[in-house]
Amino acid sequence: MRPAAVEYIAAREVGEVLAALADGETSVLAGGQSLVPVVTRPGAPPCRLVDINRVGGFDTLAEDDGCLRVGPLVRHRAFESGVVGGALGDLLRVVVQHIGHPPIRARGTMLGSLAYAHPAAEWPAVAVTVGARMVLDGPDGRRTVPADTFFTAPFTTARRPQELLVEARLPTLPDGTGIGYAEDRRSSIYPQAAAMAAVTVTGGVVSAAALCLVNSGPHPVRAVAAENALLGTRFSDTAIALTAEVAAEQDTRRLDDDATRPARRQAYRVLARRALRHARQGAGRCG
Amino acid sequence: MQVTMTVNGTEHTREIEGRMLLVHFLRDVLGLTGTHWGCDTSNCGVCVVWLDGEPVKSCTVLAAMAGGHEVRTVEGLAEGAELDPIQEGFRQCHGLQCGFCTPGMLMTCRALLDRNPDPTEGEIREAISGQICRCTGYSSIVRSVQWTAAHEAAAAATKEEAVAP
Repeated sequence: MRPAAVEYIAAREVGEVLAALADGETSVLAGGQSLVPVVTRPGAPPCRLVDINRVGGFDTLAEDDGCLRVGPLVRHRAFESGVVGGALGDLLRVVVQHIGHPPIRARGTMLGSLAYAHPAAEWPAVAVTVGARMVLDGPDGRRTVPADTFFTAPFTTARRPQELLVEARLPTLPDGTGIGYAEDRRSSIYPQAAAMAAVTVTGGVVSAAALCLVNSGPHPVRAVAAENALLGTRFSDTAIALTAEVAAEQDTRRLDDDATRPARRQAYRVLARRALRHARQGAGRCG
Repeated sequence: MQVTMTVNGTEHTREIEGRMLLVHFLRDVLGLTGTHWGCDTSNCGVCVVWLDGEPVKSCTVLAAMAGGHEVRTVEGLAEGAELDPIQEGFRQCHGLQCGFCTPGMLMTCRALLDRNPDPTEGEIREAISGQICRCTGYSSIVRSVQWTAAHEAAAAATKEEAVAP
């Protein structure tokens, strides 16, 4: 069965992209790793796509004023080599290895993944963990949305249909920060559950902590109560075990079948513990 | 709409529909049936070709997106009758059984060796993690890549010796 008609628009500058998006029904085509299979699937409705791959200046990847600025055409693969120093560079390099397969990483983009907002995807979790800011361009000009309000529901963000995500700003992490990521994956390109941590140790004591649970709800969330339990501790095995215990209680996913809840809690308990132990190895350096 | 792309060094211009995938453009429009069409959902990897030197799944790229770019398919590996070393490696080490996954495996593994001439077994398995061999002949595929890496290293050493005074 042939796919439905696709109206394809090749934009060369940001103004052409915004003009195409003005109808509120056009989708942005960047790497296409999620979008192309969806729109060409038999039975999919006709659609209108604006291809941004030929827009100049969209491949920005630069550290600027304490932030890593990422443009709309930076592919996953770019993060395989350290694009920025410190713990943020470590986090990006560790996480990117979990995204899809090598051909997907060669083509897919970080901003595409952020805008797609799959609840189990890695980049939205990174954005929430480090407190990234999303820059949107639209008919009323530019606005910036913090990651914790950008993701609103599965596959849904604060981006209006007429807007383009033009930049993600990822704050670099302070000296003494260690990062960790652990996931439970069964034969899929997305994890069932995952935990991501960025913990700063100053003078032997935890001075800042971010712990994000992935696929535990409609979008990635920080386990704030667990983070608070870790703050001020010496990052001991006991502190990690207690933090993981608190994190596991914060599984917010609504499921009809409550029978899987204990198993999911156990998964988050173990994953949070692993992510925190991983983070401890890097924490405290120069701190 | 009209699209122009270079495939294996030859420029092609064709009238196509926006919905056409690159894999169908290569197979049905240009008749280059070496690239296979499998799952159509970006999972199996039989359709991998190079787009500007990077392996991509051609079922996940619209033909229109390849306009103005360079594509290399499995037909572009051999030079005349001389097989590319990766093809020779698959031949020597029985890296194919039914052959369905082979075009994608070859393009992915060629790209791996171009970037990393001496990969570990783990690196080879990671590189082909987006490819499914329905005969489950992964061990032979890994051996084929290792054979090719050793063969290319030996060939490079011989060449260096010949050049040395």
